[in-house]
Amino acid sequence: MDNGLTTFLKNLRLETVTLEGKIELGKDVYVIRLARRQSFLPGQVVGLSLGGLPPRLYSIASGPDDPYIELLFNIKPDGLLTPRLASLKPGDALSVSAPFGAFLGDQKPAWWIAAGTGIAPYRAMMRAGLGHNKMLIHGGRTADSFYFENEMLSAFGERYVRCCSQESGPGLYSGRLTSWLKEQPQIDPTLLYYLCGSAEMVVEVRDILISKGVPIEHVMSEIYF
Amino acid sequence: MEQQKPALFGKTAAEIREIAAQLGLPAFASGQIVDWLYNKHVDSIDKMSNLSRQARALLSEHFVLGKSAPTSVQVSADGTKKYLYRSGTNRFVEAAYIPDEDRATLCVSSQVGCKMGCLFCMTGKQGFQSQLSAGEILNQISSLPERDKLTNIVYMGMGEPLDNLEEVMRSLEILTAEWGFGMSPRRITVSTIGMIPAMKHFIEHSECHLAISLHSPFHDERRKLMPIENVYPAEEVIEVLRTFDLSRQRRISFEYIMFKDLNDTPRHVKGLTKLLNGLRCRINLIRFHPIPDTPLESSTEQTIQLFREALVKKGIRTTVRASRGQDIFAACGLLSTKELVKVQAPDF
Ligand SMILES: Cc1cc2nc3c(=O)[nH]c(=O)nc-3n(C[C@H](O)[C@H](O)[C@H](O)COP(=O)(O)OP(=O)(O)OC[C@H]3O[C@@H](n4cnc5c(N)ncnc54)[C@H](O)[C@@H]3O)c2cc1C
Ligand code: SF4
Repeated sequence: MDNGLTTFLKNLRLETVTLEGKIELGKDVYVIRLARRQSFLPGQVVGLSLGGLPPRLYSIASGPDDPYIELLFNIKPDGLLTPRLASLKPGDALSVSAPFGAFLGDQKPAWWIAAGTGIAPYRAMMRAGLGHNKMLIHGGRTADSFYFENEMLSAFGERYVRCCSQESGPGLYSGRLTSWLKEQPQIDPTLLYYLCGSAEMVVEVRDILISKGVPIEHVMSEIYF
Repeated sequence: MEQQKPALFGKTAAEIREIAAQLGLPAFASGQIVDWLYNKHVDSIDKMSNLSRQARALLSEHFVLGKSAPTSVQVSADGTKKYLYRSGTNRFVEAAYIPDEDRATLCVSSQVGCKMGCLFCMTGKQGFQSQLSAGEILNQISSLPERDKLTNIVYMGMGEPLDNLEEVMRSLEILTAEWGFGMSPRRITVSTIGMIPAMKHFIEHSECHLAISLHSPFHDERRKLMPIENVYPAEEVIEVLRTFDLSRQRRISFEYIMFKDLNDTPRHVKGLTKLLNGLRCRINLIRFHPIPDTPLESSTEQTIQLFREALVKKGIRTTVRASRGQDIFAACGLLSTKELVKVQAPDF
């Protein structure tokens, strides 16, 4: 613990990296690609900052064997960091922490449930080869909110449910993911349930799962606070 | 419509000085304004009677005072009172006034709702609506009918205080400053679930007491109760605490809600003893007040007492917190204004 810093705090220290690429996935939604400095476990997050802002956390959306790390984010209109992130160009510098976090995927059968950008850690887990015995349920407002849709379709096929609350379209369930869950005649209490996204989604889905007999020990949550 | 003009209440002395200078008011006016705000607790700019009429008109042109009385109160059989305060036009927070024999504590809120989603908490079920400004946090104290009786303030109401770090720190500065409320930091406790970076900042910049919601010594069990454990594990929170010299008067306590069969066994006593080994702290055991649709139950009275005795035997100062205001949902973990939340479109 030199200088009063624990190993954990040292990990949170930011280092400068270069933006390698940026893709606009939809309106106000981006994937950014950064040089990979360290190995990580699928499901972990990094702290990210620009211009001395306190770092915000982002789930790593790329796989542990990919030669770069990718982060998925959407612009918060009044947010301090995301509008600036969206305007970065390849070659620009940004500050990133080492990966950390314990919302980790494993080989056990599970349902992966996400709202919005909460899909990010499941893409990392899927790319790590953990998707074969998983069901992926993704909720979004509009038909273009199903980020990495093609990749997920080919990885999960029938085990990929897209719940769209404000639009309808081929292959989409029309309604919120909470409605889809409530409609399921049976929820297997022996499976694990991973929830990732806004607090509102996590608390609502957790209540539904519990009401359907899932023990709390089987519910794992990552909240994008 | 949201308040258009900024509020004076909640500004620091330095900010008021700047405002006074910008408005061309005499230098002494800023001291007078600060005195009216935080010492005399005035409820309108017009009542700042030692300011010139012109100064008051100028202030009113650019600012609102920014205070508002509670919109309702519920009174418990045990004397606890739960006040409802408005934030903006259509959001509300609750504050619990808890009178005791020799002290009177106010439990204030720091956010409308909360993002942290702890399994056992009513506020968590409400989701997050907005941050409170420092002025809105302090208004819960300043506009409290029992303000003059208050001996202690605890930031344990709605929200995670350290998720609203800037405004909470500002409110603490105003509360503890000589020019402000002049309260001793030893009478103020800020509670957190352990947001490590913000907690570090708090310890470095405030002298107030710190309470950490622990609820389990075991990583895998705690994260089922509190999702924050995935990013900021309790073990790391405690490692960070160990890097500070906490031997001065500041008190570090751990809040521990007792859940039947979940965290109330001898294994948990052992886990707590190991986790907190050598740290100068105390544990507050709290009875769980069941919330709707929860799978959790409170430990029995006997288990709670045995748990306390076992911890004390291990050398950890442990108390059992009295349950107050349960009948009006003012007790720990029960504050919520969910019913008053205007329906927002969720992102799923
Ligand atoms: C573990 C974890 C993983 C995450 N992973 C991802 C991810 O993969 N992708 C992703 O997109 N996001 C993720 N997030 C969320 C992310 O960390 C940021 O919170 C988010 O991107 C917003 O950042 P920002 O700086 O743009 O907004 P901020 O400036 O932090 O503001 C966020 C929102 O709060 C409001 N706000 C800010 N300050 C105030 C104030 N004082 N009063 C009232 N309202 C205010 C803003 O209007 C805005 O809407 C994650 C969060 C966590 C905790
Ligand atoms: S216990 Fe505190 S941090 Fe957790 S959900 Fe409730 S208010 Fe938020």
